[in-house]
Amino acid sequence: MAIEVRIPTILRTYTGGEKAVTGEGATLAALLDDLEGNHPGIKERLVENKGGGVDLRRFVNVYVNDEDVRFIGGLEAELADGDQVVVLPAVAGG
Amino acid sequence: MLTLDQATYDAIVAHAKRDHPDEACGIVAGPEGSDRPERMIEMVNAAGSPTFYEFDSTELLALYKEMWARDEEPVIVYHSHTATEAYPSRTDIGLASEPGAHYVLVSTREHGNSEGPVEFRSYRIVDGEVTEEEVRVVPELPQSQSRSAS
Repeated sequence: MAIEVRIPTILRTYTGGEKAVTGEGATLAALLDDLEGNHPGIKERLVENKGGGVDLRRFVNVYVNDEDVRFIGGLEAELADGDQVVVLPAVAGG
Repeated sequence: MLTLDQATYDAIVAHAKRDHPDEACGIVAGPEGSDRPERMIEMVNAAGSPTFYEFDSTELLALYKEMWARDEEPVIVYHSHTATEAYPSRTDIGLASEPGAHYVLVSTREHGNSEGPVEFRSYRIVDGEVTEEEVRVVPELPQSQSRSAS
């Protein structure tokens, strides 16, 4: 089960400069664990501990097939073979 | 140093003035690796706030997909400060995630929506470190090699 994950510039230090990597997992959480195995340190940049659990960081956007995962279950969003995942840091500030 | 053309400079300033007192934001895209700010895209400040800006997440994805399709990258990421100086705030520094981009700050605090000069400054923000750089406004960007060849 292969899922393509598009990596933003700022996180390519974890992927040896690759713009996209493949991973697997039936949910986004499982995919991130899988990515962490091959690219140690990357998960920490995407999720944080929140209220006793783990959630996506507020200023990191993750999309599955163009849908913001916040609208389809967050870390529990289900994935299928061939899905396209895009990670994009928010463009934001004060 | 940031080099940009007068029309893009004017358009960024006009956007900042128009959206005052809320912060205005957007990017200027250019061919990957070229450092040429060629194509300005005004973005909606989804926060609609005088003290914060954020691209809408759906529009953010559409913007990046368009740039990828065109082999572009964000050359300038701009936003305005409407009550403070044109210097990156702590939040700006913490959230800056395009180490290759010029972060342009425009301050409209002096004249708001009206005519009049603005502060227009540019920075690199890498790993939490801010480095101001010179801004050079030219009538037109010099011809690019790749362009004349294609």
